Amino acid sequence: MADKRRKKDLTFLERIYIPEIIKGLLLTLKNMLKPKFTMQYPEEKFIPGGSYRGRPVLVQEENGEERCVACGLCSRVCPALAIEVQAAETQREKERYPEKFEINMIRCIFCGFCEEVCPEEAIVMSKDYELAFTSREDAIYGKDKLLVPVHQLKDRIEFLRSYK
Amino acid sequence: MPKLVVDGKEIEFKQGQTIIEAAKEAGNTIPHFCWHPSLSVSGNCRVCLVEVEKMPKLVIACSTLAAEGMIVHTASEKALAARNAVMEFLLINHPLDCPICDEAGECKLQDYAYAHGVGESRFVEEKTHKDKRVPLGPNIMFDGDRCISCSRCIRFCDEIAGAPELTFVKRGDRVTIVTYPGRQLENPYAMNVVDICPVGALTNRDFRFKARVWDMSANKTICQGCSRGCNIELWVRNNEILRITPRQNDEVNSYWMCDHGRLNTFKFVNADDRVDGPYLRREGSLAKVGWDEAFAAAASELKQFNKNEIAFIGSAFASCEDNYMLREFALNVIGSRHIDFMRHSDSNFGDEILRKNDITPNTMGAELVGVTPAAGGLNFDGIINSINEGKIKALYLIEDDILSANPELENTLAKLNLFIVHSSNFNKTTTLADIVFPAAAYAEKNGTMVNFQGRIQRLMPAVATLEQDRSLDGMAMSRLDKFGTRFDRWAKGNKRDVRPTWKIILSLSAAAGYKLIRQAQANMAEDIFEIMSKKIDAFKGLDYDKIGEKGIMLKIDVAEKA
Ligand code: SF4
Ligand code: SF4
Ligand code: SF4
Ligand code: SF4
Repeated sequence: MADKRRKKDLTFLERIYIPEIIKGLLLTLKNMLKPKFTMQYPEEKFIPGGSYRGRPVLVQEENGEERCVACGLCSRVCPALAIEVQAAETQREKERYPEKFEINMIRCIFCGFCEEVCPEEAIVMSKDYELAFTSREDAIYGKDKLLVPVHQLKDRIEFLRSYK
Repeated sequence: MPKLVVDGKEIEFKQGQTIIEAAKEAGNTIPHFCWHPSLSVSGNCRVCLVEVEKMPKLVIACSTLAAEGMIVHTASEKALAARNAVMEFLLINHPLDCPICDEAGECKLQDYAYAHGVGESRFVEEKTHKDKRVPLGPNIMFDGDRCISCSRCIRFCDEIAGAPELTFVKRGDRVTIVTYPGRQLENPYAMNVVDICPVGALTNRDFRFKARVWDMSANKTICQGCSRGCNIELWVRNNEILRITPRQNDEVNSYWMCDHGRLNTFKFVNADDRVDGPYLRREGSLAKVGWDEAFAAAASELKQFNKNEIAFIGSAFASCEDNYMLREFALNVIGSRHIDFMRHSDSNFGDEILRKNDITPNTMGAELVGVTPAAGGLNFDGIINSINEGKIKALYLIEDDILSANPELENTLAKLNLFIVHSSNFNKTTTLADIVFPAAAYAEKNGTMVNFQGRIQRLMPAVATLEQDRSLDGMAMSRLDKFGTRFDRWAKGNKRDVRPTWKIILSLSAAAGYKLIRQAQANMAEDIFEIMSKKIDAFKGLDYDKIGEKGIMLKIDVAEKA
């Protein structure tokens, strides 16, 4: 700091301190009158934009089917080993589907690697950041909690496409 | 020996070898799809194109004989350009199927596309479409789109299995594989085509979609299907065996194994009917008890009988170590001379390729360690007759479901006053047992077995048990095994309360007040083998390291034994 001065170098006004206190109070006053930006969470919710990385979810097509083909790449790339996929055969054209798909939300570190690696755009990061559990078992999300209809995920999918 | 130069390195070759063979022996594997060391040369995939100095054009390494002074470049600019071009051609009609393809992770096309592909497709036209999901036989599914027409599967059926069942039909980009009219791909060795298919065109219907290769560990051991003892790998995920593949051993099974071994020798290890902890018969039904209680009960029950009233039956399904300890227990602790084992033979099983009529893996081992009647003792039939006559009242049986093998034994076994069984699974025999000890299955223990050739080979564990830890006991570890915790469902696995037979017998003799072997000397199967190697001539000078992963021939006269 340039004006790091010794006490003996201070002027009289500076030494009596009162003008400095007034300056500080004025700053406080100014901010009191400005509009508030504190968010009254949880009454008021923060809704992030498309670039936000909330919990990973599986994309559910309009017809109710998952996009995921259970290739297991997300599970392989996940640095936290949060994902477990069990594939099985289906009669659909893409003959493989996830019989079981579980993400352990205690393990997940919201890195988004799973989303990046997925060849089917089947797993994407959502806007959901409200995650609280009371037991280890509760933190394991199965397909029931992971599948989210595709229209709810538009923001993120558009964001991804614009950056690919 | 003549020499040629491959990639600047001078290597020796045998007259008649091709470039690819000579290079492979010197540790330089030239990329290939259609060439296989055990099959005839077909030369259709063109991936092994190499540059040979003074030759006007590139040549395929798989069908060009090595010659003195030849100078070969496998990675020169010209060779690489050719390989890239071949890869591009192969990928023109290949679907982007990797995410749903079971071969992914062990696919040669993937590997070479990664190493030699241009990374992008210049092909904008419509790809050809062929039949997908065609069952070629009971165990094999074919996907025409993925086939790269290497003809390995056809050549395997013709040359190795001796069962021409497959052929190409159509031409050009429409060429595909079919079975001959009225035939199926169902020879006893058919599933080897799944292993040699370089892509995911042929898949194992028993294993399809079950697991990604990178999630499993591959554990070396030997097949239990017959007395050949094919070298195999057990693929395990979450402590469950999911498939078996053959492991190359030129002395035993080359690159192959039979479908019976592949399909029928692992499911019992995963099954729900495993004996999990010791059982005692109480008020007519078997009840689970603790180990100490079971040992105490077995020891005191055995003491109720005169030594000549107790007989022992070893097993050609159990390891040499297990059989040896049973014999020591019979002769030195109990003092009985009545010990033998049941032979299992199926005259319809054997063939000229791999399968043998003796459908047990360790007949010769059981004989070598002495599970045969001691002087004046009874053999198997003698034991059965004596039970019927009431002379033998107690029977100690290890690891053999003799009642399923011979249902006529039911009345005989029901006559016993005491019937102790070691078994991995509940079965017909255990329904008559008074005490059942949970025996570790072959996939859960170390041990040795001797095949019909007189070759001793090692069993190595693949499945963890309550007392055998995956990492501490040196089993192969997948990524999931390495990083999983006991809170992860995918790593918890089902660990059973089982012990190898030799260990159960050691504890039992201690409970009966005998020390068969000083406990400190016998913590591992290897220690038992060391003791055997001192006492049994055939095993002299051997240890687990010498036997190694591929086994070693014993110095015995096989013809006499067999
Ligand atoms: S966001 Fe990262 S840590 Fe979470 S599941 Fe996906 S890859 Fe794993
Ligand atoms: S990477 Fe995508 S398609 Fe593959 S298993 Fe994960 S979510 Fe499914
Ligand atoms: S055969 Fe290989 S390259 Fe083709 S889809 Fe299967 S894994 Fe991918
Ligand atoms: S099915 Fe497999 S082994 Fe047979 S020709 Fe096609 S790619 Fe080759």
